[in-house]
Amino acid sequence: MDRPTSTEPLVAVRDLAFYRDDRPIFEGLNLTVAKGSVTAIMGGSGSGKTTLLSLIGGRLLPIRGTVTVAGEVVGALSRKALFALRRRMGMLFQSSALLTDLDVYENVAFPMREHTRLPETLIHDLVLMKLEMVGLRGARALFPAELSGGMSRRVALARAIALDPMMVMYDEPFTGLDPISMGVIVKLIRELNDALGMTSIIVTHDVAEACTIADYIYLLGNGRVIAEGTPADMKKTDAPEVRQFMGGLPDGPVAFHYPASRYLDDLLMANQS
Amino acid sequence: MIRGLGRRVISGVSRLGHATFFLARLMPALGAALTRMRLIVQQLYMTGVLTLVIVVVSGAFVGMILALQGYNTLVRYDAQSSLGLLVALSLTRELGPVLTALLFAGRAGSALTAEIGLMKATEQLAGMEMMAVDPLSRVVAPRFWAGWAAVPLLAMIFSAVGVIGAYIVAVGDLGLDGGVFWSQMQSGVSVSNDIMGGLVKSVVFGFVVSWIAVFEGYDAKPTSEGVSRATTRTVVSSSLAILGLDFIMTAFMLRGL
Repeated sequence: MDRPTSTEPLVAVRDLAFYRDDRPIFEGLNLTVAKGSVTAIMGGSGSGKTTLLSLIGGRLLPIRGTVTVAGEVVGALSRKALFALRRRMGMLFQSSALLTDLDVYENVAFPMREHTRLPETLIHDLVLMKLEMVGLRGARALFPAELSGGMSRRVALARAIALDPMMVMYDEPFTGLDPISMGVIVKLIRELNDALGMTSIIVTHDVAEACTIADYIYLLGNGRVIAEGTPADMKKTDAPEVRQFMGGLPDGPVAFHYPASRYLDDLLMANQS
Repeated sequence: MIRGLGRRVISGVSRLGHATFFLARLMPALGAALTRMRLIVQQLYMTGVLTLVIVVVSGAFVGMILALQGYNTLVRYDAQSSLGLLVALSLTRELGPVLTALLFAGRAGSALTAEIGLMKATEQLAGMEMMAVDPLSRVVAPRFWAGWAAVPLLAMIFSAVGVIGAYIVAVGDLGLDGGVFWSQMQSGVSVSNDIMGGLVKSVVFGFVVSWIAVFEGYDAKPTSEGVSRATTRTVVSSSLAILGLDFIMTAFMLRGL
């Protein structure tokens, strides 16, 4: 699949460092997301993928380095400017994060009501258009508690694109879905990206899905990018870290065991006490 | 033991500091929320109107009990004609504000904390932030205003219902004269001292309970255990704060400051 994507970067991460309780999450991270592309950010659990989205969205601030989105350095913005930038970003949370006291229609209308003074008839039409795109126009009167996991993620997607953002960030969009819902989400991400001229960043550990839709893949590990390239490049590479991740091997450069003292010592300690 | 005590005091004081910082951050949002009365009215319904039943029922019982107990004591001095006055003063000055605030903390304060805490745990607050909507002004501020406004209103209803309950027992059961009951009350209760004093108390209680409830919810650890702990803390801290502040305010009011 060869699609014309501009090489102009929409998001640029330069020499980023971020610590959580003195534990380094990122150390010298560099990556670029081209405008109009679907970029997958992959890595094992705990490699800081979700943290990266929070840094791009300005919910966390880096210790060192910069995150630039659409030419603006996220960490240096005032709260007002940050909120203005966020209006142009959509984000899909793993938990969907729908407002449980509002129905599907009102959830999608929520960003429009908060940020625009559009007349009610226009909001009505826009909400139905967004819901039609994700195939849930018929579910508009349901409440989040009545939706399946796949449906609530689609509603969250409709909400994320409610204000026609320049970019949507997806946090683990494929996790916990049945194969059909997964296929629907995969198709939607690609189609919406191309039809609406957006840029998409997908944080995921699902190798097969990421390879299907991504134009470019970054593999994170030890706080850095350990490999990058198109899906075809990534499959071909010989680097052991990449092969372990792409092939789903239980042991390799990423150890099966969490760091611990010697097994025998541990067992003997228990006998002594 | 002393070290443990010291640690508790320090953690209590630092928590108070956190809560004060939170209040300072909430201030600008409070102003913004006033422009969206619809949200406040909605919350006033959730916190105030839904607490009405428990307040009315408790108020009626407290009034009836006061009448029975008060009569029992007053009749020894042949002063049972002052029963109406006794009941009205007890309710407007003390019991109305204090019991209403305690009931409110248990019924609505805990619900506020749990709701905000769960919104945090399910990433709804984070989701709002990413939609460029400030959760402090969209979620927290309307609930704070509504809780603050609800407590004085409920306290007045509590006292009014309590007086009616006392009247029913005093006139219907104990055989007191209805006219004496009301006239003693009318001449003995001062609007500026007794009723306003009670109102001031309930305004303070409303502020404190709502503050504690929204702070605990917003500050809760985003797990089921965190939310349940926060809910408990709301009820415990609110109750202690209400009683402690009541003592201080009563002391000042009785000395005429």
